[in-house]
Amino acid sequence: MSATNVEILKIFIPFIILLLIVGFYYILATRNLIRILLGVEIITKAALLAIIVVGYVTNNIPLAQSLAIIMIIIEVFVVAVAAGIIIQIYKRTGSVDARNIRNLRG
Amino acid sequence: MNLILAMLVILIVAALMVVFSSRLLMGAISLAVTSIMVTLLMFKLNSPFAAVFELSICAGLITVIFITTISFVKPVAEEDLLEIRKRRIKKYMALPVILIIAGVVMSFVIKPMILALPATGQETNFANVLWNLRQVDILGQAIILLVGVFGIVVLFKEGQKK
Repeated sequence: MSATNVEILKIFIPFIILLLIVGFYYILATRNLIRILLGVEIITKAALLAIIVVGYVTNNIPLAQSLAIIMIIIEVFVVAVAAGIIIQIYKRTGSVDARNIRNLRG
Repeated sequence: MNLILAMLVILIVAALMVVFSSRLLMGAISLAVTSIMVTLLMFKLNSPFAAVFELSICAGLITVIFITTISFVKPVAEEDLLEIRKRRIKKYMALPVILIIAGVVMSFVIKPMILALPATGQETNFANVLWNLRQVDILGQAIILLVGVFGIVVLFKEGQKK
């Protein structure tokens, strides 16, 4: 690993961690289901960026790209199914507040 | 290097805009900006295939899904917007402070760190890696696609018992 690659990794790591903090804080602080989904998306972006950066610095770009593509496609389906669930919750409860869906709690 | 740094700063600012926007639509658009920044960074890191997927799917399709979902939900009334905005600022005021503290701490911790990652670049052809090396992943992906489609169909199925 060359010195430039180490430098690039050291630049990216703090920003990726900051992005993770933003996502986790957002998920923990909000009650809106759509906003929770937005938070999940932010965390996914951080993970995606981490995969690509590590692939770049270890000179393994093809593997990193293939993993990133698989992750993106799975992410789309997670979002689509979650959006469907949120719409159904809205139809049944009239709101997208996470506190209103505690009917299954024991 | 400065360009990468500027992109990363814009990425964090866009992510903060997602958090602080009082309208969901603005949040979804800010998320698209975040995706665009990730795309540009991917291009800079020699990953054009992943970047194209990120741009077309994350910045395009996922934004469309979010906007469609938001359009189903009742919008916030104009008179409540100011109150919501104030509440949001109070709720998320700690976030920029946490980010600044974390940034300062990391600048002290990460800079002197000696990083040693293994150099494992054997395969250089992207198509070979995707279709031969990651075959099981592709299969899993196909199964997830199928499950996703069935999930959406079940979710949007109207009550046929009536």
